[in-house]
Amino acid sequence: MINDDLSLVPKTQRKKISLFQKSIIMRALKDSIVKLNPTLMAKNPVMMVVEAGSLITTVLFFRDLTIGTPANVLLFEGQITLWLWFTVLFANFAEAIAEGRGKAQAETLRKSRQETTAQREICKDKYETVSATTLQKGDIVFVKAGELIPCDGEIIEGVATVNESAITGESAPVIRESGGDRSAVTGGTTVLSDWLRIKMTVQPGETFIDHMIALVEGAQRQKTPNEIALNILLAGLTIIFLLVVVALLPFSIFAVRAGGSGQPSDMFSLIALLVCLIPTTIGGLLSAIGIAGMDRVLQHNVLAMSGKAIEAAGDVDTLLLDKTGTITLGNRQAVQFIPAAGISEKILADAAQLSSLADETPEGRSIVSLAKQFGLRERELSSVKAKFISFSAHTKMSGVDLNKKQIRKGSADVIYNFVREQAKNVPIEIEKEVEQIAQAGGTPLVVADNVRGLLGVIYLKDVVKGGLKERFAHLREMGIRTVMITGDNPLTAAAIASEAGLDDYLAEATPEKKMQLIRKEQEGGRLVAMTGDGTNDAPALAAADVGLAMNTGTQTAKEAGNMIDLDSNPTKLIEVVQIGKQLLMTRGSLTTFSIANDVAKYFTILPAMFGGLYLTHNTNHGPLWSLNIMGLHSPNSAILAAVIFNALIIIALIPLALRGISYSPMNAQSLLQRNLFIYGIGGLIIPFFGIQLIDKIIVMFGLAPFS
Amino acid sequence: MTLVGWIQIALYCLVLLLLTKPMGVYMTRVMEGEKTLLEPMLKPLERLIYKLSGVKPEEEMHWSTYAYALLAFSLVGALFTYAILRLQGVLPLNPMGFSTAAAPSYATAMTPDLAFNTAMSFTTNTNWQSYSGENTLSYLSQMLGLAYHNWVSAAVGMAACLALIRGFARRSAKTVGNFWQDLVRSLLYIFFPIMFAYSLFLVSQGVVQNFSPYTVASTIEGEKQIIPQGPVGSQEAIKMLGINGGGFFNANSAHPFENPTPFSNFVEMLSIFILPAGLTYVFGKMVKDTRQGWALLSTMYVLFIIGIIICYCSESFGNPNISAQNVETSTKILGDLGGNMEGKEVRFGLANSALFATITSAASCGAVNCMHDSLTPLGGLVPLLNIQLGEIVFGGVGSGLYGMLIFAILTVFIAGLMVGRTPEYVGKKIEQKDVKMAMLFVLAGSFSILVFTALGGVCELPAKCPLNSPGATYNNVNNAGPHGFSEILYCFSSCTGNNGSAFAGLTCNTPFYNLTSGLAMLIGRFLMMIPALALAGSLVQKKYVPPSRGTFPTHTWLFVGLLISVILIVGALTFFPALTLGPIVEHFIMHTLKVF
Repeated sequence: MINDDLSLVPKTQRKKISLFQKSIIMRALKDSIVKLNPTLMAKNPVMMVVEAGSLITTVLFFRDLTIGTPANVLLFEGQITLWLWFTVLFANFAEAIAEGRGKAQAETLRKSRQETTAQREICKDKYETVSATTLQKGDIVFVKAGELIPCDGEIIEGVATVNESAITGESAPVIRESGGDRSAVTGGTTVLSDWLRIKMTVQPGETFIDHMIALVEGAQRQKTPNEIALNILLAGLTIIFLLVVVALLPFSIFAVRAGGSGQPSDMFSLIALLVCLIPTTIGGLLSAIGIAGMDRVLQHNVLAMSGKAIEAAGDVDTLLLDKTGTITLGNRQAVQFIPAAGISEKILADAAQLSSLADETPEGRSIVSLAKQFGLRERELSSVKAKFISFSAHTKMSGVDLNKKQIRKGSADVIYNFVREQAKNVPIEIEKEVEQIAQAGGTPLVVADNVRGLLGVIYLKDVVKGGLKERFAHLREMGIRTVMITGDNPLTAAAIASEAGLDDYLAEATPEKKMQLIRKEQEGGRLVAMTGDGTNDAPALAAADVGLAMNTGTQTAKEAGNMIDLDSNPTKLIEVVQIGKQLLMTRGSLTTFSIANDVAKYFTILPAMFGGLYLTHNTNHGPLWSLNIMGLHSPNSAILAAVIFNALIIIALIPLALRGISYSPMNAQSLLQRNLFIYGIGGLIIPFFGIQLIDKIIVMFGLAPFS
Repeated sequence: MTLVGWIQIALYCLVLLLLTKPMGVYMTRVMEGEKTLLEPMLKPLERLIYKLSGVKPEEEMHWSTYAYALLAFSLVGALFTYAILRLQGVLPLNPMGFSTAAAPSYATAMTPDLAFNTAMSFTTNTNWQSYSGENTLSYLSQMLGLAYHNWVSAAVGMAACLALIRGFARRSAKTVGNFWQDLVRSLLYIFFPIMFAYSLFLVSQGVVQNFSPYTVASTIEGEKQIIPQGPVGSQEAIKMLGINGGGFFNANSAHPFENPTPFSNFVEMLSIFILPAGLTYVFGKMVKDTRQGWALLSTMYVLFIIGIIICYCSESFGNPNISAQNVETSTKILGDLGGNMEGKEVRFGLANSALFATITSAASCGAVNCMHDSLTPLGGLVPLLNIQLGEIVFGGVGSGLYGMLIFAILTVFIAGLMVGRTPEYVGKKIEQKDVKMAMLFVLAGSFSILVFTALGGVCELPAKCPLNSPGATYNNVNNAGPHGFSEILYCFSSCTGNNGSAFAGLTCNTPFYNLTSGLAMLIGRFLMMIPALALAGSLVQKKYVPPSRGTFPTHTWLFVGLLISVILIVGALTFFPALTLGPIVEHFIMHTLKVF
């Protein structure tokens, strides 16, 4: 699981649907039967083979039923057949339950849309009521307070507050108005006040809600490149094991002839061996892992346009992060008062506070609150007979006039002039401080009055969000380079980048510079992820391998990216990368587990199949029964135990496949060691114990008698 | 087992390790077209060859053109050999009159199926021999038809491997090299110089090199013995170095004229592994990270050492049925004799026989200094499994490394995802097409071995059937029980692996076996080489992804361990059921005091 303590993502109000609630499970059970349809099965070659095997054993079982085969043989055959079917059903169930949450969400969305009606404009001021689903691109609708916006469109007239929580989960209303950046509305959101005239900009079936339904439902889900490649590998292994099992029949015929004892392998044992050897565990869970990955991204309120984007997120080498909003809180704050010689810090603080009392900017407020630390209580504006001078483009400073005392604050040059006008000196050390603050990426704000001259400097700083340094360190450990994008000058950028622990920065960034950086990284073979919201970000968003567009951004930006963050939180890019990595890891770990399982299955089924060959006199078992290192009870119980284990392991691993394997950021070598130990060595050992246990249970219930 | 035996094995491993880098450095220079010491001497000759053949060495080839040139070259060679074999009766240098009316009564007829099998065998670097040279082939057939392939088939393997290495080494490129240039340069700069020195060395050790008539000697009992002669030295050198394995004499490297001294034995074993070992370094050097090459070499070493330990121990332990007869079988401190000495040269003892058997099967050589059919069941399982792994433990010249690289790709693909990135190997992303080609490679080998062995085990042909004179195909085995099965399995494994050694005891000169084993050799060579070249073509186009801390590391011992596991699970488990019905069951039965 992704460590939630590190998560900076605010929990949204959207109701989360649990995966294991009754309605989802019931639907999944039904779907697992529906998915037995061979045309649906053909997508998954591994399970297709299992289904074919189940069909063959079913036919053979019913044939044996009619020709009077002994009961104990029928019991064995029946159980094998049953468990083979279970194997297929369990795999189907895994996929169905992974789709379940998405389907439930899609249903809610679809239902709300179908019930929506719209006031379509026939001609000026004449409207007719139609169902939202019948609207065409270019239609104009009228929506008033309390109504749902029926379709995606552009406001052509009106201003209104709109609740977009259906899409974003954010319940605070936003203002939408005609013209400008805020003219786009999304179908499914609600007008809270006033009215809007909206022109539909998309065809029915292509709206945001439609996309969302398709995405959460998985209808549009295409296999990702890595998933296809993995499927090829699994199909290849399946063919190899098919060859192994097919060749085994002639081999055993040879052995029976040469050794004069035993029976050639029967179809039930051969099919059981085949199903146990082919990678059913990963074959059965592969698509569930992919769907669950999409779903996890969605639970973070990110709409990924394709699974491919999530896969690419796992591969990202370079993260481009916007400074404002991602790395810093977005406004400067006063962090220190540096008084001039002969002035106490308290005097400076007092002057600074007085001059900022009327300043409602975040900077001004932060000066007031920093001054409080010097025992200066916040004063009521009315209690001091003061005249406040607000900042003007002309004077470039602000301040306060108290009787004859004029306190001023502003940028260094302006205040220096002010001081010199009062025939006072500007101390050298203050000039130095000012320079140093600027070099360190801060903003120096100089304070002076007409009596004492220059009082000192206020150090204003871009405040880096908490916890980021650790996250970037984790990313570095994972081999991901972080680059900060900022419009600041290089000095400021370097200072903030080093404070936040980023690897690199792009200062004085323009859209062109951003593009260049992306190109350069990509030419070096690195995958780039970035966030953006403005129209001028669109080319870079499109060029990046992972482009996360903010939902508050422009339509162009949203179309250019391959993911949309509904919460518009740029930091979420880090979560998306981690989900991508977790998805790939889950896939790799279960593949390794599945293949490692084969060793134990060989040691179960081969002695069972060949134990009767080359019998020497007065022994019950032939020499190859010595391969039964687990001490299984009998050939029939052994084969049955292997098949049951093989089926149950799919069910046992469903939660893991849906949740993703546990994961904390570390470098590749440590990750490999850890996962290899758990899923590789575990995959080698667990089936030995599992099969032995199942064998004991089979014997206990007498499910493999007379053998 | 003796200490001296183990020391010899350790010494062998050490010397090979020391030679890997110098060999690799030299080969890299040759294949990258850089200047070497031999340049002044050989460059004019190289230019002349290009001029005469109209080859433009600077013309780079797309992988498909490269494959086409390689296939065309091999096909022409195969047809040429087939023609010589079939026409040897009317061609010169046939003093014994083979394939003519004047042929001696013991002569074997050069039938179309035998000629097909032999042509395939030598074209594919297998050197499987369904016949006995001295009573089947004319001198012309031997020297022109077969010896030619000993040279070029090894160079073809090396060329294919280089193409794949370039696939990894080049970035965003289209071409994988020029086949003709690779062929000519490897022959001129690698094979010829080594061969020259090597032949001289062998002659110095007592290997014969003459055109004398056979010597007739009188034994102590007064019997007449015919001692064959011939230009053995030069043949012997390419047989080992090119990992061909077809001996001048039937007894192969067990014969004193092919392998006279312990020193020559040591050097012969060394010469089998030297080129494949050097190629691992070439790989590391060309992808600009020699650690990658060492990791592959380590993998080969570990698998090889496991093999030799099992083989040596199980040969030393011998056969319990012999000790049961109160025969002293313990190995003596220095003699390294005792244990299972059946089919072994007393001159070499157990360690050197077990070592030779492991080496010759790990590399797809097939030369022998002891008879594999006489190894203990588990001792014989080692060469069999070595071959079935796909001849990747050192393997053939070139073919060994490209096989190993394909397993590395599979390993990276299966386990690489566990670090949370899509798989990449030495900076190249492993995608759909690459996995497809790697799987085709593995499938081709498994298909050939399993399906042909199954056919050999059960085909119920009528007696006196023209396809197979003994009737049912399983009648061709001369040993009862599971050992007979092992013989069929070994035959098709050896042919598919292009090894050429055999569990003798299988009558294989029948149309059925000649055709099936000929096909197995073709599949084992070209259906595995073409996917490797296609892989080269796919990889060469890819961008280079620079490694970071998040990259799956492929130069560590962890990766070596992982690669070995994948080789054993994907490669070996495929054949585990077959092996249980052959050597493994035979082993258990032997311990119930029954032999076959």
